[in-house]
Amino acid sequence: MSSHGSRALAHQFEDLDQQREVASLGMWLFLVTEVLFFGGLFLVYSIYRGWYPEAFAASSHELLVWAGTLNTVVLITSSLTMALAVHAAQTGHRRALIGLLLATMILGCAFLGVKAFEYRTEYLEHHIPGAAFQFEPEHFLHAQIFFSLYFIMTGLHAVHMIIGLGVMAVMVWMSWRGLITSEYYNPIEVSGLYWHFVDIVWIFLFPLLYLIGRHVH
Amino acid sequence: MSTDAPRAHAPSATRVYYVVFAVLLVCTYLTWQVAYFDLGRLNTVVALTIAGLKTTLVVWFFMHARSSPRLTLVIAFGGLLWLAILLALTAGDYLTR
Amino acid sequence: MPHATAMPAHHYLNDGYGIKSWLLTRDHKRIALLYLAGVTFFFFVGGAFAVLIRLELATPAGDLVTDETYNKLFTMHGVMMVFFFLIPAIPAVLGNFLVPIMIGAKDLAFPKLNLASWYIYIIGGLFTLWALINGGVDTGWTFYTPFSTVSSTTNVVPTALGIFITGFSSILTGLNFIVTMHKMRAPGMTWFRMPLFLWATYATSLINVLGTPVIAITIALVAVERVFHFGFFDPRLGGDPVLFQHLFWFYSHPAVYIMVLPAMGVVSELVAAGCRKEVFGYRFVAFASLAIAVLGFLVWGHHMFVAGESVYAAMIFSILSFLVAIPSAVKVFNWTATMYRGSVSWETPMLYAYGFIGLFTIGGLTGLFLASIAVDVHVTDTYFIIAHFHYIMVGGTIMGYLGGLHFWWPKISGRLYNEALAKISAGIIFIGFNLTFFPQFVLGYLGMPRRYHAYPPDFQVLNVLSSAGASILGVGYLIPMIYLMWSLRYGRAAGANPWGAVGLEWTTTSPPPTENFEKMPTVTWDPYDYPAIKNAEHRLV
Repeated sequence: MSSHGSRALAHQFEDLDQQREVASLGMWLFLVTEVLFFGGLFLVYSIYRGWYPEAFAASSHELLVWAGTLNTVVLITSSLTMALAVHAAQTGHRRALIGLLLATMILGCAFLGVKAFEYRTEYLEHHIPGAAFQFEPEHFLHAQIFFSLYFIMTGLHAVHMIIGLGVMAVMVWMSWRGLITSEYYNPIEVSGLYWHFVDIVWIFLFPLLYLIGRHVH
Repeated sequence: MSTDAPRAHAPSATRVYYVVFAVLLVCTYLTWQVAYFDLGRLNTVVALTIAGLKTTLVVWFFMHARSSPRLTLVIAFGGLLWLAILLALTAGDYLTR
Repeated sequence: MPHATAMPAHHYLNDGYGIKSWLLTRDHKRIALLYLAGVTFFFFVGGAFAVLIRLELATPAGDLVTDETYNKLFTMHGVMMVFFFLIPAIPAVLGNFLVPIMIGAKDLAFPKLNLASWYIYIIGGLFTLWALINGGVDTGWTFYTPFSTVSSTTNVVPTALGIFITGFSSILTGLNFIVTMHKMRAPGMTWFRMPLFLWATYATSLINVLGTPVIAITIALVAVERVFHFGFFDPRLGGDPVLFQHLFWFYSHPAVYIMVLPAMGVVSELVAAGCRKEVFGYRFVAFASLAIAVLGFLVWGHHMFVAGESVYAAMIFSILSFLVAIPSAVKVFNWTATMYRGSVSWETPMLYAYGFIGLFTIGGLTGLFLASIAVDVHVTDTYFIIAHFHYIMVGGTIMGYLGGLHFWWPKISGRLYNEALAKISAGIIFIGFNLTFFPQFVLGYLGMPRRYHAYPPDFQVLNVLSSAGASILGVGYLIPMIYLMWSLRYGRAAGANPWGAVGLEWTTTSPPPTENFEKMPTVTWDPYDYPAIKNAEHRLV
């Protein structure tokens, strides 16, 4: 049933159900725009991987597989905690909700920490495209295309993670202030959708960037 | 307009999440390990297939697509379709040059 | 005995005074007016560049400005007009105002997001304007690489960032419209009772949501490549300039449908109201809007026939480009059939509608010539192309925009404008437009390249005709500014339904109350249910 007089109901809606469906629909549509936004980068990646397979494989070898794999596990776990957080919101368990949101944030920070470590490693190994770039002469030019893509794609992903952490912080605050109830938990639900999307992007980035031609040693 | 019943969730509803989580971890392990075998062009196919499977699990279970209105599924599918159009028609140029 | 119609006592325009009540409004109607101010401003900026271009082209020698300056002029004209006028105008002004009212809702789904979209638009626009004034950009609005990423010495990066920012305005507005139309229709307002303007707006919103993100990432890549000297689009570094073009046109072709679909939606409304008849083949017109949106995404390679794409890709894009003309033609046929045996009237909005139908047909047919690779190879990068797209964007979109602005002006402002002046302006615009752009078809066919400011003397006569037309056109655009502004203060009160038209917007007061209706409606009638109207208000003569 619906709560016409609820404080959480915005004036343009008839009831909380309509508001919830609208919020969810809006976020799904936004995620579609994000698919196409990242999609352009995946297009650039696929064209150049097709053109320069050896250079891409050689470059991919230089990435830290353990870091990529660890980060994949971290993000998948954070999706679990996020899904559990939404469930906690739905069932009105405020303390569990806050705890799970915090857990999600901690995992997100862990991801960024590993990423920062990787970036630092790549900097020290002269794999940042530009004047200081160093690579075997055979693939010198095309490896820079790989690394440019690597930094842009993981960088854009990291920006989305950081925004996600900001959103989670707001969710924690809202939950702590008691603004989230089992009748009104839209913000948690749509934040969850966003968070899972960021996880999905990484699910594709991981094999495409880290695991090219790994069978060659 | 009726609520699609969140209140009908029993605590066992979270069990699904743990199962999906385990499957996702297994898939990640597989992706990582398969990369070390030489399957030629199949390496990429397998990697993307596993990624697609993981995505489907996340969308269907974690993102509640399984209990979402049909419109949501249409939207999600539409986004993927449009990405496919971008990739396919562009690749069509590159592959036929 | 005629009684003077009075303005309603309380409406959205007097619901709060002061700058904060406007800059912090969440009312979709006020936001529409904020956009009106913005798009009008950027239109005249883009128009100013056009004036300089046509002045230069009046003589064969490149004597008014240098080569570099001329490159900047056509670039800035294109950037301003495409991104800051044509793409937002009808959706953000008329769409924002009408969508909630036409579906019987109190506001859009996300009113605060709507306001944010306006701020994003203005910030992006001012940022781009600053870049254009502060040195300019000379790459063409198409930003082709590697010139834009490597060789150009102008303000490419800030312009790219400005366009990137503004793109989010389109994305969020489109998202807002789609959700609103799915979820907030009044009881009884089924999809097939919606006016065709809403179908067109919905289709446009789909394009906004699906296409704009791609131009966003593309233009961001241009900026990043330029700053960090990456090589995605630079052949010397292993990149492919054609890849940029694929990414650019994947959005920029559907973008032209963002520009024309809303105008078509307006025309459907104008034709129905002006002929007092339901639109012929309503469902066909509705589905044609969706078909244009979908097919429009499949044809972008027709901008690249001579750029180096494969022959097979070119052939596929060519065939699809022929196909996309079909739904547009369906609309033209159906409007014509609506007019047949209708009670055709000649008020200003109708004049713009007729103008649209004729000029869009010409523009659209010339598009078919261009879809044919054999012809395109000869006329690409000539004035033929310029004439083609101006017929659609100016003869089409701007006519649709002005027609819609006039038709709904009484609803928006509560006032009537001066009909005589309005008719005269419409006539001046029509004459000025054709004089400006028809000679350009001939010029292009004869071989005059685009983006050149010096040309062989043989082409001067046609260029002078075009420049003369442009000055007439400019006058035609200025006059409505004057009488529309004048009407805000001195115009007669319009009453709820001055046109005797069918539609939810005409059932509420002019101007409407803040929540759009005194009592939220329940819809039981079909769109364009003209014979059902009894006691229709006096039509304007």
